[in-house]
Amino acid sequence: MRALWGLAGIAAALICGVVAAAGIEEGDKRSGFDFMTRETQALQADDTSNPGMLWVLQGEQLWRQPEGRANVACAGCHGDAAQSMRGVAARHPAFDEATGRPIDLAGRVNSCRASRQQAEPLAPESDELLALTSYVAHQSRGMPVTPAADPRLAPFRDNGRRLFQSRIGQLDLSCATCHDANWGKRLGGGVIPQAHPNGYPLYRLEWQTVGSLQRRLRNCMIGVRAEPFAFGAPESIDLELYLMERSRGLPVETPAVRP
Amino acid sequence: MARALINVPKTARRGEIVEIRAMVAHSMETGYRMGPNGVNMPRDIIRRFVCAYDGEEVFAAELFPAMSANPFIAFTLVATTSGTISFAWTDDAGETQTASADITVS
Repeated sequence: MRALWGLAGIAAALICGVVAAAGIEEGDKRSGFDFMTRETQALQADDTSNPGMLWVLQGEQLWRQPEGRANVACAGCHGDAAQSMRGVAARHPAFDEATGRPIDLAGRVNSCRASRQQAEPLAPESDELLALTSYVAHQSRGMPVTPAADPRLAPFRDNGRRLFQSRIGQLDLSCATCHDANWGKRLGGGVIPQAHPNGYPLYRLEWQTVGSLQRRLRNCMIGVRAEPFAFGAPESIDLELYLMERSRGLPVETPAVRP
Repeated sequence: MARALINVPKTARRGEIVEIRAMVAHSMETGYRMGPNGVNMPRDIIRRFVCAYDGEEVFAAELFPAMSANPFIAFTLVATTSGTISFAWTDDAGETQTASADITVS
């Protein structure tokens, strides 16, 4: 009897292994853009109708505005964002020497504010933080996602993979259950996309505003009735790190539009 | 700080019909929602949008609570003379956001 249970355990482990390994084939990798209706795609493609551009515009103004006790603007050190910030969003989250952890783009904006401008950090999901992050990420639009090759990021990325594959919440679902194993099928009224974070911060029609990847992750976690990560939690950065690796090669779309 | 995206062609021929697009950042709070503390969120929507061509009002629209946040309005004008096309959005709080663009008619 004991041997039988052991056998069943091995079989279960094998099946789980197969499911976990069944990620997205390289040729099947598709941005969330491809899963949208033509109307929503048109909204994103035209800069004069893409509402996310309002935040990019605000970010451009904030970029040049002196802040904090140091009374220096982002442009004071970084100059023209079109050159200095090109490709930055494509390789974030990156390793932060000061904290010894990966840091995302919004975190980088706030750490720069604290250390260089000597200003108060911007609140998560505030218009100002989203605007600056959108403006910086917009400079990488069209460039392929190329995660930083820093070996110090590996353990955090592995933790992100573990979080992606861990079942959570009352519905007992993992990210992978939907976005690896069942993408392209329908959930309620919408198509399940592959969960690529290549357009953040993005304008979600449901939100009627621009939001960060962390907000989106929290939405999904509330959806499976789990306790969501707090804004800025290290777990969500780890997860973002893994998601960016997973979407390697897709073009940055910031500011994207999603339904 | 006005946050508006306007799209006006820089040049046009006299008599040509040109498309104007205007989008403004506004929450368009309907007044029908409750905040996290159960208190009604007061209505704050843009009531009136006006477009003036060289100082003369050529297009206006009234907006209502069912309209989305960051309203986008597109319409056409006949290019008659070189000048400034100005836009104004007035909301419930009485605040007016403005933007303008120049058009050269040949």
